[in-house]
Amino acid sequence: MDDSQVDRILHNPKFQEMVSKKRTLSWTLTAIMLFIYVGFMLLVGYNKEFLASSFSGGITTWGMPLGLGIIVLSFLLCGVYSYIANTKLDQLNEEALKEVEAITHEKGMH
Amino acid sequence: MKKGCTEMKGTSIKAIIFAFATLCSSGIAFAGPDLGAAEQQATNWHAIIMFMIFVGFTLFITKWAAKQTQSTQDFYTAGGGISGFQNGLAIAGDYMSAASFLGISALVFSSGFDGLLYSLGFMVGWPIVLFLVAERLRNLGKYNLSDVVSFRLEEKPVRTLAAVSSLVVVAFYLIAQMVGAGQLIKLLFGLNYNIAVVIVGLLMMAYVMFGGMLATTWVQIIKAVMLLSGATFMAFMVMKAVGFSFSNMFNQAIGVYSQAHNMSLDEAAKIMGPGKLAANPIDALSLGLALMFGTAGLPHILMRFFTVKDAKEARKSVVVATGFIGYFYLLTFIIGFGAILFVANNPQFLDVAKAAMTGKLELIGGNNMAAVHLSDAVGGDLFMGFISAVAFATILAVVAGLTLSGASAISHDLYANVFKKGKTTPQSELRMSKIATLGLAIFAMVLGILFEKQNVAFMVGLAFSVACCANFPVLVLSMFWKGLTTRGAVIGGVVGLVGAVSLIILSKAVWVDTLGISETAPNPFNGPALFAMPLSFLCCWFFSVTDKTARAEKERKAFDAQFVRSQTGIGISGASDH
Repeated sequence: MDDSQVDRILHNPKFQEMVSKKRTLSWTLTAIMLFIYVGFMLLVGYNKEFLASSFSGGITTWGMPLGLGIIVLSFLLCGVYSYIANTKLDQLNEEALKEVEAITHEKGMH
Repeated sequence: MKKGCTEMKGTSIKAIIFAFATLCSSGIAFAGPDLGAAEQQATNWHAIIMFMIFVGFTLFITKWAAKQTQSTQDFYTAGGGISGFQNGLAIAGDYMSAASFLGISALVFSSGFDGLLYSLGFMVGWPIVLFLVAERLRNLGKYNLSDVVSFRLEEKPVRTLAAVSSLVVVAFYLIAQMVGAGQLIKLLFGLNYNIAVVIVGLLMMAYVMFGGMLATTWVQIIKAVMLLSGATFMAFMVMKAVGFSFSNMFNQAIGVYSQAHNMSLDEAAKIMGPGKLAANPIDALSLGLALMFGTAGLPHILMRFFTVKDAKEARKSVVVATGFIGYFYLLTFIIGFGAILFVANNPQFLDVAKAAMTGKLELIGGNNMAAVHLSDAVGGDLFMGFISAVAFATILAVVAGLTLSGASAISHDLYANVFKKGKTTPQSELRMSKIATLGLAIFAMVLGILFEKQNVAFMVGLAFSVACCANFPVLVLSMFWKGLTTRGAVIGGVVGLVGAVSLIILSKAVWVDTLGISETAPNPFNGPALFAMPLSFLCCWFFSVTDKTARAEKERKAFDAQFVRSQTGIGISGASDH
């Protein structure tokens, strides 16, 4: 891969769209995960009473569904990422590469 | 085995097993320092026979894998021919160590909710690996993490740093696993400690040396399937007993807990909320960060991403792995509560003599045996043999993965690329990697025996801290930040490495409890991650932006090409050797 090819890929609108979408997706999901987990750990650190209080009047406390929920949520977030990447981003990437390849090929003919 | 002991010193392997769970937080109250006191048990024939079957089968696979392992590519990455699903299962296998199986269920057994906190930390690292690391890593590297960080930076210093910190992580982790293995096997199988360590060492050497990554992966997959099925069966039996209702399970557990621990119901109900584990907020956060980002810096886990053919498969592996790991943690949670129901009030499993001494609830073989006793309670002798064999197999698979990634740091990084400057033949690199495997196996066996009576809790703490404070910042910045230069990476990496190690040495667990230098520790906090990781990031940044050399300029320019490759995978290594 030479510099001009790198340049062409970088300036391809489809590539740019894919990169910006992927960037938004990964950082949003990372932020959600961090926010939830750090928030939960702050609760553990500063508000133990809340986590130990009853969830619905019974014996189950708020801590249990929240804690187990975070385990399930981690997996769901992975699923969301993978779904969007598989159905949208991979395709954009492929199209961008095809366009760039076509240009490279044309130039080679002249 | 449970009849064969009269006077158990139960806290013994507790420290080891909790060692993994303890991670960066080496000083957490329950990680008691006395190791090596696990008493040998009566020989457990069910377990030994089942383990022999496992070993026979895996050696057969190794023989098959040896035929296919011809090149360095085959050796390090199984030729990139593992599917996303298989790799996901193998990653889950790497992650579900005996320590997390026995340790977390034991923590739930003894303090309820706190056990869940650990599983959570282990779990949330995975989405981060997926969103930020997995795909780029696969697109940039060939065999291991050093390939990625030295992609556009100067090979010699950066690769050396990455190899050294990988080796530090591997060494600490390996020693802790070996000592843990010896203790556990002594308890579960009634074998002599030294024999147990040597058996583990020889088997892991056979898998890695002859079968390379292909054999290691299959050992990992088989063990993951065994562990998941065993744990599923146990959790199912527990849920069946409580009519598949969580609130029923909690209610009954609190009842039994209050009787078994001689406390009021109100007191016992405290297991439903956070307890002593994260007593101060700084430690809670530090622990959380180390668990979360340490995962993304563990060399033996990252290496697994190169066994699949492209970034898409790498993505799939993480989703599969996260699914299995999450499921596994839900099971350990149920198993822990199940152990309260079936084990805590059953005199068959209680160590009365020890309890009379300590005034606490004590299980035969130590409280880490909660899951093993539960397997006896719900499935009888034969099933307990199966679970014991699974625990042994688990350790074996984890040490094999660790050894392989250590061998790649020695042969691929230090020997082939730094010492020989890339001017080596694949044959000589492959030979070197086998010598490295032999060396690491001997190193692990000797240290495993030497450290029998040592507290190794802090070693696992070191391993995770180094992974999160030295490997993670350099890895992430090299992939995401154009400005990172060789100078920044090397200084930042060294600061993270030294910072994490010294903060741990100065903390209570090592300074006071292990070394006994003074009554109070210079560093009042247990986990170094909250301080050392940002410091490492800061140094990477500062020494990069102030780097005005021509080399730095060239490295910044090279980012564009690296970026395109990290996104598209153009130029990703094919089937050839160099």
